Amino acid sequence: MELHILLIFMICAAIVAIEVKDLLSSVIAVGAVGFALCLAFLVLKAPDLAITQLVVEILCLIILIRATINKDLPLVIEGRWFFNTVSTLGFIAVFLLFAWLALKELPGFGEPIMAVVKKYLQEGVSKTGAVNIVTAVILDFRAYDTLGEATVLFTSVIGIMAILRRPGRKK
Amino acid sequence: MINNPKTGMTLIVKTITRLTVGLILLFGIYIVLHGHLSPGGGFAGGVIVALSFVHLMLAFGKDVAISKVSKNLASNLESIAALMFLSIALLGFLGGSFFLNILPKGTPFNLFSAGIIPLCNIAIGIKVGVGLFAIFLTLVIVEKSK
Repeated sequence: MELHILLIFMICAAIVAIEVKDLLSSVIAVGAVGFALCLAFLVLKAPDLAITQLVVEILCLIILIRATINKDLPLVIEGRWFFNTVSTLGFIAVFLLFAWLALKELPGFGEPIMAVVKKYLQEGVSKTGAVNIVTAVILDFRAYDTLGEATVLFTSVIGIMAILRRPGRKK
Repeated sequence: MINNPKTGMTLIVKTITRLTVGLILLFGIYIVLHGHLSPGGGFAGGVIVALSFVHLMLAFGKDVAISKVSKNLASNLESIAALMFLSIALLGFLGGSFFLNILPKGTPFNLFSAGIIPLCNIAIGIKVGVGLFAIFLTLVIVEKSK
């Protein structure tokens, strides 16, 4: 029940973020979506994800506000609205079709298959020694994924530092 | 430089920041070190560490924050932490395979337990904290230099 209220709130905040004219208000509405997602993780009893979502949302909000607060970007609404609307509706229809085809194969919400997870839950503490089962999975059973994730972050830092460095901006 | 009224926010914000920024940094380090015992872990704790430096920069201006962690130090620490994580993974080859937990497991619920997992958490925490702070620093410097 709380989850449905949070989901409806998130959809409303996302629509507000799109429709509002001011850029700063739009950023704050996006932040509201993120904090509601954090609460949704808490309702679904995932405190690790809730902590991560909270702190990353704060950092993203600071960066976005810092980036938008001094800029007046004009909102571009011009012609071709008929083509834009038709193509948007077409893509929504295609997306919903494929989502329906893909999602009907999944197990129901709150009814996991528990094929691999059962082994992790039973043997996690004895095999890794870590009491927090999430850390045991991401740093021991699935550590290779975490290495890839760390590589992604490393690459993004390299990219930002290479594009935005000061000598590169001379003409 | 810290008491310069020209840069940063007002005196109220600076005073509160001076009191709280150390606690935020300490909380981030706590989350990183207790990643195998309580919710959190390397990524979340690293972001909190980065947020403490971002807090410093927003309150006191960018010169104070750069004097604590410069851009070169940030990029060097980022690379060192990435290599540290990779070398912990490669150390598993001593026991036979990649990412093998070769250290002794210890007793559960102790701080020094779970083999390589706290070391991986520390490496990821340094990497994420320094990396996100470097991104923020780069964006702010570019915005100022225009």
